[in-house]
Amino acid sequence: MNESLVTVQALTRVFDVSKPWLNRVLAREKRQTLTAVDSVDFSIERGSTYALVGESGSGKSTIAKMLVGLLSPTSGRVHIDGVDLANASAADISSTRKRIHMIFQDPYASLNPRWRVRDIVGEPIDAFMNVSATERAKKVDELLEKVGLSTKDGAKFPHEFSGGQRQRIGIARALASDPEFIVCDEPTSALDVSVQAQVLNLMRDLQRDLGLTYLFITHDLAVVRYMADHVGVLYLGRLIESAPRQQLFDSPAHPYTQMLIDAAPRVDGFGRDHEAVDGEIPDPISPPSGCHFHPRCKQRIDQCNQQVPTVQHADDRSVSCLLHSQGLNL
Amino acid sequence: MTTNALLEVNNLTVEIPTRRGTLIPVNEVSFNIDRGEIVGVVGESGAGKSITGSAIIGLLDPPARIAGGSVTLQGKLISDMNENQLRDIRGKRIGTVFQDPLTSLDPLMSIGNQLSETAMAHLNIGRDQAREKALQALIDVGIPAAESRLDAYPHEFSGGMRQRVVIALALIGDPELIIADEPTTALDVSVQAQVLMLLKRLCKERNTGVMLITHDMGVIAETTDRVVVLYAGRVAEIGDTRQVLTAAIHPYTQGLVGATPNPTNLANSQERLNQIPGTMPGLLSMPAGCPFHPRCSEVMEVCKTTLPTLSQRENSTIACHLGAEAKT
Repeated sequence: MNESLVTVQALTRVFDVSKPWLNRVLAREKRQTLTAVDSVDFSIERGSTYALVGESGSGKSTIAKMLVGLLSPTSGRVHIDGVDLANASAADISSTRKRIHMIFQDPYASLNPRWRVRDIVGEPIDAFMNVSATERAKKVDELLEKVGLSTKDGAKFPHEFSGGQRQRIGIARALASDPEFIVCDEPTSALDVSVQAQVLNLMRDLQRDLGLTYLFITHDLAVVRYMADHVGVLYLGRLIESAPRQQLFDSPAHPYTQMLIDAAPRVDGFGRDHEAVDGEIPDPISPPSGCHFHPRCKQRIDQCNQQVPTVQHADDRSVSCLLHSQGLNL
Repeated sequence: MTTNALLEVNNLTVEIPTRRGTLIPVNEVSFNIDRGEIVGVVGESGAGKSITGSAIIGLLDPPARIAGGSVTLQGKLISDMNENQLRDIRGKRIGTVFQDPLTSLDPLMSIGNQLSETAMAHLNIGRDQAREKALQALIDVGIPAAESRLDAYPHEFSGGMRQRVVIALALIGDPELIIADEPTTALDVSVQAQVLMLLKRLCKERNTGVMLITHDMGVIAETTDRVVVLYAGRVAEIGDTRQVLTAAIHPYTQGLVGATPNPTNLANSQERLNQIPGTMPGLLSMPAGCPFHPRCSEVMEVCKTTLPTLSQRENSTIACHLGAEAKT
């Protein structure tokens, strides 16, 4: 087993979603909080892809933002290559952050429309590397070619590109400071499938050539199956199952994972009838007691609505479900 | 051509005159939908899926207009009807379900009132009867505690429940055809599965035809009986869903199926996804000949100059030069 590049321990983020003070006093309401991420633990091996999958409100993007330092955790730790991002010295943090970059979901909103592509791609070089203007220009050209664009594209503006090409620009920017770890937040969900295939293939080629480590966030299990080495499943802020890709798809242990895999549409599922789960994702401000999934779970037992399941580990997979409270039975 | 099809679309062409030239987002599109049949219309952004749907029901935004071809509903020509005549068709004979359930509902009107207003407009019934009908419609689409939800407003519903209400609205006039434009794209997978199952069940029960517009090949496979593949405003392939998806003949359809990652069936050795190079051409820079030829892996000389016509092959109808000579 490889050493892990990223380790996340008991990561928690609570948002205050209370109404303004005066409204609260007048309506005699208490403060309200939303636990977006609740004690999440995982680690990512160097050079591998860890996918976080979950539906809306599961806390995927909040975790991504905490890993790149756009949000600070309420509690818990993020270690990147041994550096604790919350407590390390400023010099350590800035040298570590240079090695982390992010690819965003919306290729239309994440590129400044008034900047030329070469300035967008070159910005991390200016921020993190002390290089001359000619070296910078050379590096930008290399990056553009690496992601399948031409060096002439550097002089253009983002509106001159299609969605897939814009996402390539976003990838080139993410690679500019020679990072090791890239957080990808739904990088292809805004793209058409033929273009999605181009971008996913490109990301895999870059990983192989540059030895990158990815945290891949998505709601699309088919993409997970294609990209990930290890998969974590989130539900309402809790990591309910984490397993190597093949094991997760072959023998999902948590009823929610089983449901997700069953509900995903399949290209070969002709006329398939789903046994769809009841209900929808509950309000995260007042989540169900005990296991968050129990109101929708077909396999629930009596204790599920009172007892929060503890995480059970076996080999390199983990599950938190009362059905597996005596260790994993698969 | 006389068939007993519910909806017949014949050589439908839509034009948008602009200062930079006339755009043709839908070009000679033909297909049929039978009663009780779910027909998928699939393609990437810009393929003309939604405009085809809007053109059928007469909801094109000017200056877009139908420039040629015809749409007939049960033998009656509807593509040249005026607004008043179309109003009798919309909602009553053709229902619609759009992508975003929040924008298709009036935020200032209770669900019950929206449903009963629609029922009164189409069915010639009184207020009390309409309210009963509205309640029944909510029960049919599986809204829990329907009676108490009649007076709720759209913002009180979750995304999946709103889409159920929109489906109830589309079905309340008991239409013969439903046009569903990306009905589940805004929903989470677990809810998407619920809504698609509901649509499938209700339409089979009532023998309603459905035109399901989507970009998701998985949804097409699981929900539809037949599929129309659109590319750059033209039909690339039409056929039985299973046939088209398992034995696609048109290279574009093959590419689409190959590019879609499958959650259940991918070999352990992470194989590469089949990618189609490039992107769909813009409407102002349509290539000569077959519109797909610059991206096609099996392009021939004839593709660059001559537009392929639709021809019947085995169980599908395909517009492609590939293998066409062999047949003629």
